[in-house]
Amino acid sequence: MTSDEPLIHASGLTKRFGDFEAVKAIDFAVQRGEAFGFLGPNGAGKTSTMRMVGCVSPATGGELRLFGLDPATEGPRIRARLGVVPQKDTLDEELTVEENIWVYGRYFGLSKPQVRARATELLEFAQLTERARSKVEPLSGGMKRRLTIARSLVNDPEVLMLDEPTTGLDPQARHVLWDRLFRLKRQGVTLVLTTHYMDEAEQLCDRLVVMDHGEIVAEGSPRDLIREHSTREVLELRFDVDDHAELAGRVDGLGDRVEVLPDRLLIYTDDGDAAGEKVHAAGLEPLSALVRRSTLEDVFLNLTGRTLVD
Amino acid sequence: MAADPTLPTAASTRNTPEPFPRSRRWQPVFAFWATQYKRTWQGNVVSRFLMPVMFLLAMGLGLGSLVDSSSGGVDGMPYLQYVVPGILAAQSMWVAMGESSYTVLGAIRWQMQYHAMLATPIGVADILIGHIGWVASQIALATGIFLAVGAAFGAWASWWVLLALPLTVLTGLAFTVPVFAFAATQENDAGFSIMFRFVMTPLFLFSGTFFPLDQLPAFLRPIAWVTPLWHGVDGNRDLATGSPDWLHLLGHTAYLLLVVVVTGWLAYKAFRRRLVV
Ligand SMILES: Nc1ncnc2c1ncn2[C@@H]1O[C@H](COP(=O)(O)OP(=O)(O)OP(=O)(O)O)[C@@H](O)[C@H]1O
Ligand SMILES: [Mg+2]
Repeated sequence: MTSDEPLIHASGLTKRFGDFEAVKAIDFAVQRGEAFGFLGPNGAGKTSTMRMVGCVSPATGGELRLFGLDPATEGPRIRARLGVVPQKDTLDEELTVEENIWVYGRYFGLSKPQVRARATELLEFAQLTERARSKVEPLSGGMKRRLTIARSLVNDPEVLMLDEPTTGLDPQARHVLWDRLFRLKRQGVTLVLTTHYMDEAEQLCDRLVVMDHGEIVAEGSPRDLIREHSTREVLELRFDVDDHAELAGRVDGLGDRVEVLPDRLLIYTDDGDAAGEKVHAAGLEPLSALVRRSTLEDVFLNLTGRTLVD
Repeated sequence: MAADPTLPTAASTRNTPEPFPRSRRWQPVFAFWATQYKRTWQGNVVSRFLMPVMFLLAMGLGLGSLVDSSSGGVDGMPYLQYVVPGILAAQSMWVAMGESSYTVLGAIRWQMQYHAMLATPIGVADILIGHIGWVASQIALATGIFLAVGAAFGAWASWWVLLALPLTVLTGLAFTVPVFAFAATQENDAGFSIMFRFVMTPLFLFSGTFFPLDQLPAFLRPIAWVTPLWHGVDGNRDLATGSPDWLHLLGHTAYLLLVVVVTGWLAYKAFRRRLVV
């Protein structure tokens, strides 16, 4: 393959489980060195897609190439060049932290001395050196996740695939993890990740696709997506009512678009303060009125009519 | 935050080598199970010793002296020498079933170690060969210990008993491989207790381990002939008592090999269906 060809290329990629189509003929391409994300709610088909790209789940239809190779026939050769962080950790909880890396390195054909040397570096990188001899089971969620990432790097992969790397972690642990991922990216590792956190997508991804019900509904950089599919600002209004839908009619026309959520109204506009004044002028008295910038959450809401995380 | 460790990903190491040869990919799987074993090996080895000691004391000396004094042994030999080769074979069945049921389902469902392996160049066949190879080594270890303990009790009448080691490992494999296939079809461990109760226990009792098959009603004998255990029991007994009938032994070996090959194919299918979705 030539250097300007995408590292990962999918066209019409489809996954069916029985009659159910989890991934519906999606197209995407990932370039070397970029951080590429799949953003979508539960059941969107993110994991199904990642597993096909990771060459552990055969595609039902369409074409998929990694490094120009076909997963159907070249699975082991491709997997030798990938690092995989699955949604659910597959660490061996009864082995120690370092043993988990040693064992895993051997799966790539590394020798005993090679995996030992590599484990020392990786544990340093994942800030787990002090826990090297401890069993995995009692580690915190954040530490286990870092260990899974450390383990996935044992073969010095060109592409690191992360399926919801920080789901279930506290904010502090998430930031530590993001920091490690930035470092890898700076060192030229291509990142492919899924998330249903818009802040994670905004932080980490150069480019992302928004997935819903097995389809890609939008694609672009976080900034482009927001520009294209949302307004610059959002005015969030909370009223002292049981059902915010009642009030939707009264704010109609105060912005470019209105979204009704169970607990608040969102008015999309390029000037939030001006919209806020119009709300008061119309005689409405919200409990709170907050102006903020648009996020990917708003993009998703606009595209699908639903929120990402419920 | 501490230091600023960066990962050495120099251009020189960037060119990922071709994955190591396919013929060696079962080895790290074997090495993984060995690493796990290292945590508990002391207790494991002790129980591998205690098992034959208990059986030799109870069956050989206890029951044996009763049988010998009341009927002069079985087929003209002391009961100890009659029964112990059979128990040797039966032990390989226990070890095989014990090592192939919960561990396999756990590696699929709970601890998911197989899934970790499949994200690397390791494939389904490598997983099967590496893991079954590991179980075979466990059976060999248990059998070796049993042979040594049996020798100390005078249970073997002939040096031919050394050939019982490979035959017993093969007998164990003829249980290991089908249980791998079975385990890969299970959702939870309920099926295993049924297997232990309704397959292993009857086989243990009615495969000629304790008394000759011709004591059984004629219609039950063919059941013993098709299950692997009787082949191991009968072959071991031939060898241990120093009267090997080579044609018989060849037949037993061929039958056990057939079981391993046929169920090996089934296990491969079951593993693929379960793990590659
Ligand atoms: N092995 C399977 N058999 C049947 N259906 C499956 C299987 N795996 C996934 N699905 C279904 O496919 C759909 C997509 O699942 P997938 O796990 O890819 O979604 P996801 O975007 O990763 O969701 P989440 O955010 O919850 O991880 C879901 O409806 C799921 O129930
Ligand atoms: Mg998922």
